[in-house]
Amino acid sequence: MMGERLEYLLRLGDSALVLAQRCAAWVAHAPIMEEDVALANVALDLFGQAKLWLEYAGEIEGAGRDADALAFHRDASDYRNLLLVEQPNGNFADTIVRGYFCDAWAQLNLSALAASSDERIAAIAAKSLKETAYHLRRSQDWLVRLGDGTDVSHERAQRAVDELWCYTGELFIGDEIDAAMVAQGVGVEPNSLRAPWLARVEAALETATLVKPGDGWMQRGGKQGRHTEALSYMLAEMQVLPRSYPGAQW
Amino acid sequence: MKAWPLWEIFVRSESGLAHKHVGSLHAADAEMALQNARDLYTRRNEGVSIWVVRSSDIVATDPSQSEALFEPSEDKEYRHATFYHVPDGVKHL
Repeated sequence: MMGERLEYLLRLGDSALVLAQRCAAWVAHAPIMEEDVALANVALDLFGQAKLWLEYAGEIEGAGRDADALAFHRDASDYRNLLLVEQPNGNFADTIVRGYFCDAWAQLNLSALAASSDERIAAIAAKSLKETAYHLRRSQDWLVRLGDGTDVSHERAQRAVDELWCYTGELFIGDEIDAAMVAQGVGVEPNSLRAPWLARVEAALETATLVKPGDGWMQRGGKQGRHTEALSYMLAEMQVLPRSYPGAQW
Repeated sequence: MKAWPLWEIFVRSESGLAHKHVGSLHAADAEMALQNARDLYTRRNEGVSIWVVRSSDIVATDPSQSEALFEPSEDKEYRHATFYHVPDGVKHL
């Protein structure tokens, strides 16, 4: 079923795209100019990854939609990204913790996808993996710096960990789309990434002198198009120009 | 952020043998300086290796001492190989 592969690609592409847009919103607002450029670099890497996933999705869909059409002319309920990536930027610690949780997951997910039976998916994953390895190194260093930093940075980092934790469960919850992709050797079983992710995150939190929250209720639904309200506000800003002036050229 | 020290950045390009000074940036620690340098100075494929040095660790010559330091070498022509005549009989030079 090509419909399942399309859904699967939208999930990958939308998660990269939404996180990219979030990071890009820091440009000219970061605490220091060097960080402005660093976050822009991460955003551009992720935009590039999103473009590759969504281009492939558009080809499989076969309805003449390219990556731009998918990015700018779908509403929030048509987006298939993880809830974690759409959470607002908040303060710098919120952004770093969200980025770290995502990077740690993406590195594992892309590593597994690099062995996909779908050669195009394997190639995109292999390319993205190098970029993500750097994102992870950067966000993990920042996590430790903030957690093991001043009283203020520690307190903000801990609050970010506590508030974002309920969105991490979804990274590891599979559904029938995941099951179909795993059966075809195309996709990754989300739950198989849970143990390595937890081991990595627990070690990093400990180094950062931060406390891992207890596993309470986990939010879910992003991959199926049920989003927090944060996404539609973000999309409104991201999509306003191409929707107001369809076909506008740079 | 004002308390973050300044770092001098040296990048070795693919074709270059030596690291060259490319600029400076702020960072809280050495690891952050390396990452910021990667993001600021190697975005367009400029480098294969980066050195970072705290600006305060660099010892430099004093510009007001330039005359004493550098001008005396201006009239020492004999320090250049071109000063010497090669005798006609010398081979393999």
